Amino acid sequence: MDIVISGLLLGGAYALIAMGLTLQYGVARIMNLANGEALVLGALAAFWLYTMQGVSPLATVLLIAPLAFAGSWAVYRALLLPLVRRARDRGRLEVDSILATFGMSFFLVGAMTAIHGEYFTYSFLAEPVRLLGATLALNRVVAFAAAALIGAALWLWLERSRTGMAVRAVAVNPEAAGLVGVDVERASALAFALGGAVTAAGGALVSTFVTLDASVGVLFTMKALIIVIMGGVGDIRGAVLAALILGLVETGVAVLVDPGLTLAAAYLIFLAVLLFRPQGLFGRAGA
Amino acid sequence: MRLASAGPVAAAAAALVAAAALPAFADGYWLSIAVTVMMYAALATSWALFSGPTRYVALSTGAFYGIGGYAVGLGMSDYDLSFWSMALTAPLIATALAALIGLATLRLSGVYFVIFTLGLSEMVRNLVSWVQNNFLGSRGLYVLTDFEEKHIYWMLLAVTAAVLVFGWRLGRSRLGFALRILGDDEEVARHVGVDTARAKILLFMSTGFVAALVGAITAPRYYYIEPNVVFSPELSFLVVIMALLGGAGRLWGPLLGVVPFTLLWEAVTVSFPSAATMALGAAFLAIVYLIPDGVTGLVERIAARRRA
Repeated sequence: MDIVISGLLLGGAYALIAMGLTLQYGVARIMNLANGEALVLGALAAFWLYTMQGVSPLATVLLIAPLAFAGSWAVYRALLLPLVRRARDRGRLEVDSILATFGMSFFLVGAMTAIHGEYFTYSFLAEPVRLLGATLALNRVVAFAAAALIGAALWLWLERSRTGMAVRAVAVNPEAAGLVGVDVERASALAFALGGAVTAAGGALVSTFVTLDASVGVLFTMKALIIVIMGGVGDIRGAVLAALILGLVETGVAVLVDPGLTLAAAYLIFLAVLLFRPQGLFGRAGA
Repeated sequence: MRLASAGPVAAAAAALVAAAALPAFADGYWLSIAVTVMMYAALATSWALFSGPTRYVALSTGAFYGIGGYAVGLGMSDYDLSFWSMALTAPLIATALAALIGLATLRLSGVYFVIFTLGLSEMVRNLVSWVQNNFLGSRGLYVLTDFEEKHIYWMLLAVTAAVLVFGWRLGRSRLGFALRILGDDEEVARHVGVDTARAKILLFMSTGFVAALVGAITAPRYYYIEPNVVFSPELSFLVVIMALLGGAGRLWGPLLGVVPFTLLWEAVTVSFPSAATMALGAAFLAIVYLIPDGVTGLVERIAARRRA
């Protein structure tokens, strides 16, 4: 039972990160491999503010989200939009964006290592609570609740607001969205910036119960990518379910077999998805 | 790169002889740099044979290279097998693994393949460490041979030459032709009857073979083999940068990127080790934004403008 509950809680945090990536890839068509670094930046901010100023990581979320939004917006406008405009086809854009975001990823890792080269260790709400017969750390529960709140807000905004509808239209078909009067470049920039904000917020939350360092971003990128593909690109519902599955499987493997094999477990899931459901959990074949 | 006359063949042969004579003039530090250059030359050229036409950014080099090095260490240290038998076995293991990865990912969109290879070397390292700690005992593996740097250099030179000959033959074969069509437009390739998945998987297997072979040959340089040493994700990225810097679209392109970048990287890691990661990032950005088609692409563009 412990495994199931902690697995689901971990999955909640993964879901938030994967939502960020699915917005960036599904809408803005940017395969952002620096996504994990946005997460680590959020974690670094939370660690920094908590140990230096005693600011609660939950307050940091409110601070880091707008900052990450602005930063991601600027990155999209200045660095990625030129690639979108020069790309002859989607394949070319994919290669360019992969290489460019690799560059950003390494650059950020180097910069963050220079700022703080050690583990981001701090202790926030590390007290036990009992929940559904399992004993859990309070910080995991709080992080999950915050992630669920942010995720729900994002989903409501996408489903109910006019701008959210424009973003979803671009996800389905950028050309058609442009024909019905959606400003595609603006909607893409918005989705990319929102994705960065959500990911950085997720990083601040994850850092309350996972000890990170400047170089772990790529592992989270990898997991977010696996979740996005498993859930179906651009499908938020699928991403949430996939994140919970990954959280469960990873926790199970870490507890029952060996903590060193969580990445291998993620790969196993990835392989199964590629072989049996490459269109995503809820996707239809050929869609 | 049509070889109509004997001129280019003679030039290539002369370059080969000159390269082979290098250990007579260089020793110590410069020979060790030459070994590194030759290692990346083989890896980057072979990488470009697959990633050039398909434009799939393969980040699996580190994983296959590690398999080569680790297999040599394991075979020689734990099972008393000879270096040669392991250097032959390791590439076959890597080729089989490449075939499996190719079958799972290369029939789908290219992005899945890139993602799969992104964490591959880390994942294989985790698996190997786990197996070693739980089933093989956590003793270190030693690779003790009589090889000197110059022997390793010559072996790597032979591999590089073989890859170049393979690439040249490939360019004139049916498979190479199929790959060129596929690179231009996969849809068209499929319509004219190219088995695109098969072509991609075969080429990917060849890069796995070469990377593991290079890993096996360079294993004696480490003496002491540990999964954390031979499975380096950084290697995959360096190979990508070097190949793209030279230009992945031409057989000779990656060589033009390997030599300057190895020297540059050597200088950066020695003088400013803490800035190495940032420098790697800057190199990626510079290639994407300044020379998207590499040095060969740049030269060709300038030549085209002259003619016009």
